[in-house]
Amino acid sequence: MGRTDDGFSPGELSGAAGALRIEGLRKSFGAHEVLRGVDLAVAPHEVICLIGASGSGKSTLLRCVNLLERIDAGTIWLEGQAIAGPSTGRGVDENLVRRHIGIVFQAFNLFPHMTVERNVTLAPMKVLGLSRSDAVAQAIELLERFGLGEKRADYPDRLSGGQQQRVAIVRALAMRPRLMMLDEVTSALDPELVADVLDVIRELAEGGMTMLIATHEMGFARDIASRVCFLADGQIVEQAPPARLFSQPSDERTRRFLRRITDAGRL
Amino acid sequence: MEAQGLPDLSARRSRILGDGDRRGLILSTTSTVVVLAALLAVFLLAPGSGQVRHTFFNPADMWQAFVGNPKAGYYSVGEALWLNIRMFVAAEILILIAALIVAVIRQSTGPVLLPLRVVATVYVDVARGVPLILVIFAIGFGVPALQLRGISTQSAAVYGVAALVFSYSAYVSEVYRAGLNSVHRSQVAAARSLGLSGWASMRYVILPQAVRTIIPPLLNDFISLQKDTALVGLLGAIEANKAAEIYSDTVFNYSSYTVAAILFLLLTIPLARFTDHLIARDRARRLAGAGQ
Repeated sequence: MGRTDDGFSPGELSGAAGALRIEGLRKSFGAHEVLRGVDLAVAPHEVICLIGASGSGKSTLLRCVNLLERIDAGTIWLEGQAIAGPSTGRGVDENLVRRHIGIVFQAFNLFPHMTVERNVTLAPMKVLGLSRSDAVAQAIELLERFGLGEKRADYPDRLSGGQQQRVAIVRALAMRPRLMMLDEVTSALDPELVADVLDVIRELAEGGMTMLIATHEMGFARDIASRVCFLADGQIVEQAPPARLFSQPSDERTRRFLRRITDAGRL
Repeated sequence: MEAQGLPDLSARRSRILGDGDRRGLILSTTSTVVVLAALLAVFLLAPGSGQVRHTFFNPADMWQAFVGNPKAGYYSVGEALWLNIRMFVAAEILILIAALIVAVIRQSTGPVLLPLRVVATVYVDVARGVPLILVIFAIGFGVPALQLRGISTQSAAVYGVAALVFSYSAYVSEVYRAGLNSVHRSQVAAARSLGLSGWASMRYVILPQAVRTIIPPLLNDFISLQKDTALVGLLGAIEANKAAEIYSDTVFNYSSYTVAAILFLLLTIPLARFTDHLIARDRARRLAGAGQ
């Protein structure tokens, strides 16, 4: 889905540029430094799972990439173009960057005063300038693809948590993002609703979507990730393909974290 | 999850008028009638009942006060109410605008606007802290004494409206603020993350949700405002309460006040019912889950 006529000029999709690159990212809230120099490179079509204890900075990292948080140091490139950091000057149009990056939140954050359909069509109409009929047609197609066709006219509070989260994913997909970020999207769901949402994510991965996923679902991460990154103390202390990271973690902090997870019966 | 179609309205209606509800209706009607009858009995059997009925509820006096008789030296309470309505409408429009400005200033975060924020905060504290009646006196008697050209020669009603706007804008700005704050920050994040601009987020996501929250308290303040237009009579404006006062001073019968009270009720009750209607409609629409 090539859309380059909107002023955002992504670099070549070469290995050098990659889909997303982060260098030396630092972010503090007051005196508390949450991210202390994060480096990460994501190639197109890669699925990266971020794991780590609560408060290790996974969500903050995603929010920084989406420019919802102002970073203190470091640089972020999206498809070769700097979107945050010293080399961007003041020339970054946040709204332009965000329309290429989808993010889905733990608490769904659907718009409660709008129907499912309107939730999905609002941004394509107001941001991309799609006509109402085009936006609706796209919404119907996406909703049906994810088993939500019958929910079009419902308001979010009539949907189960799992349905709401799938609508939130569809809402982000409707902007046809180049990168999808999922922030612990199953953490607020009842256990029996988790599988539906994970299936949707799996389908996206199979479709080649580049994804950055913060998750507590270790089994899922092992299943779906091309690479798993373990965050601790505001840094990525270890990253490896899931098979290696889960079976032979090299860092002591990773080992301790995985042991706790295993003891809790979550792996 | 099973598919949820449109709710069956006929089923719901029959449930409202079902056997259990009919019994409840009979019970509540009976208890209401009993209580009202008891209160009426106390009123009619009180030692001073006849005197009170003559002074406050004399039909002839009530009619005279309602239609007025300038030759006899008193005004029509009914006609005077028209001034209350005009003051109310003018004040309401100005309050909605002024309060929104104050609320947005107080919600702003930029360091440049700090002086304005301080002014707005002090204003809200002062305007809410000073009794309305003192504000009416201060503006109604103070501004004319300043002898400013064009400003000091307005009618009492204009000063009254100014006082109402000064006082009520502070309250209403807090209602606006509560509404804006009631929309969770995550809604802003969700809207912005989709690429919507700050203005578009406000327009399509924040304001529609805030307005829903504030309409009932807003209308509540306006019901109160309708009544408080009576205070402007203190400046000499011939509004309903002032006209009633003139009648009672002339004829020595207080039935004119009863007329004024009934007229104010006729004004405020529809607004109160309208408020309830809006709340119920919003709830029904969200429960129905269909349409926009």
